[in-house]
Amino acid sequence: MERIPILQMGEFLLVTIQVDMHDQLALRLQDDLTDRIEHTSARGVLIDISALDMVDSFIGRMIATISGLSRIMDAETVLVGMQPAVAITLVELGLTLPGVSTALNVDRGMHLLRKRVGRP
Amino acid sequence: MAALQSSTLEAIVGNQAQLQRSWLEALEAKGAARNIREQDLRQETRDFLQLVIDGLGRESSTHIGAEGWEETRRFLEKLSASRAQVGQESHQTAFFIFALKGPLFDLLQAHYREQPALLAEQLWEISSLFDAFGLHTIRTYQKNREAVIKRQQEELLELSTPVVKLWEGVLALPLIGTLDSQRSQTVMESLLQRIVDTGSEIAIIDITGVPTVDTLVAQHLLKTVTAIRLMGADCIISGVRPQIAQTIVHLGLDLGTLTTKSNLADALKLALSRLGTTAGERV
Amino acid sequence: MTIREHGSQPVRIEQDVVLARQLTRKLASDCGMRLVDLTKLVTAVSELARNTVVYGGGGDMDWEVIEEAGRTGVRLVFRDEGPGIADIKLALTDGWTSGSGLGLGLTGARRLVDEFELDTAPGRGTRVMITRWI
Repeated sequence: MERIPILQMGEFLLVTIQVDMHDQLALRLQDDLTDRIEHTSARGVLIDISALDMVDSFIGRMIATISGLSRIMDAETVLVGMQPAVAITLVELGLTLPGVSTALNVDRGMHLLRKRVGRP
Repeated sequence: MAALQSSTLEAIVGNQAQLQRSWLEALEAKGAARNIREQDLRQETRDFLQLVIDGLGRESSTHIGAEGWEETRRFLEKLSASRAQVGQESHQTAFFIFALKGPLFDLLQAHYREQPALLAEQLWEISSLFDAFGLHTIRTYQKNREAVIKRQQEELLELSTPVVKLWEGVLALPLIGTLDSQRSQTVMESLLQRIVDTGSEIAIIDITGVPTVDTLVAQHLLKTVTAIRLMGADCIISGVRPQIAQTIVHLGLDLGTLTTKSNLADALKLALSRLGTTAGERV
Repeated sequence: MTIREHGSQPVRIEQDVVLARQLTRKLASDCGMRLVDLTKLVTAVSELARNTVVYGGGGDMDWEVIEEAGRTGVRLVFRDEGPGIADIKLALTDGWTSGSGLGLGLTGARRLVDEFELDTAPGRGTRVMITRWI
């Protein structure tokens, strides 16, 4: 079964989305991630979408849901690497992901996560 | 319609040098040689005359779309482009062709002195051929001019959106002049791209130089701010004058998390303090 | 208006949404569409193709590369034989949804393209035509 890999880096999880996702794959990722947060007691999740050339309302909703779910499970989510054209399109689409933290790249996202969970 | 006689071609070939001389004189007299080096003009007239002779040898048709005239058409297209570049006007470019008509007519008149019917016919043929050449030049000239104008518009648009790096991690976009929809879009795109390219975490959009802010511009600004946040950077709007603030409030726009400062210096101060905090914790 | 190229692609199952996006991306980039405009068009296609699969029970996407008044455009028609939409006005309201989505599909897609035409009635299926000019 096709899956998007989830990497563990200490107490954080890293997901790099590189494929043109169909909806089932997105839903599976959502389930996989919550499972992994539970099993690893991860404190943070980084979702790297720098390779995605499109985010529609479905993927947007998945990201918002992951962010909301992980918060309930005491983990912070940071979305990193959104391309300019994707950001402009999302704004036009009316999807501004208000509750989701963002960072320019994985490196910055990691700093932000550390700050959020109180690790200097 | 009768075609061009081979005798006409022979007359032209036999008097090539003389034709070119008279042609150059005509160009000189009409001022069509201005801004063009004499040496270039000499070369161009020689080449064109040769092309006409070659063309007439191949092609009996005076319809310049015909295959035999392809090289000549190409030559004229190149000529048009170079004339548009040096800023000559379209009629001056067309005149390059038309100035050859006089010397040619004189030549044919002498050549067909004894055959008035044939003279009229050949004059008509030559005339329509050259008119077609002239029109072709004008058409290509206009196309080239339009391309030049389009390129200049694009360059102007680029120039009017200078994204500058103020500090490590801080970009500024000083906007000057009226913002229309297209310009707002270009501004937004180039700022977002620079944020990615430079990895800058804070962007300052300074609107001191923007005379008025209407609904559309305000909305564009808000969209830009939102897009920047989605990408993971921060945006500060500076130079918000009282009357622009009033407009924004009056329009009932939801400014939400928008950070504004009255001038660029204050915005930079805020940006540095934000970065400073982050930098301090980044050990 | 002249049609330079045209074709049709089935939009029946979820994977077809991905294929519809990929085809649109290729058409738009072959016409030299700017990246931002191309991204907007592909996103609109994703929303509409999903609607066709999820709400329309599957259908087709007809595509055309058109020329009009010296400009080039990509025009796409999504059509299905599904239940149709009873209240068009409501369907074009932000946040309204009949299913589990965010309700941004139709309204969002409309904002992402230059031309948008919705033709539907209960029991008559749905037909959405979008155009993005270059």
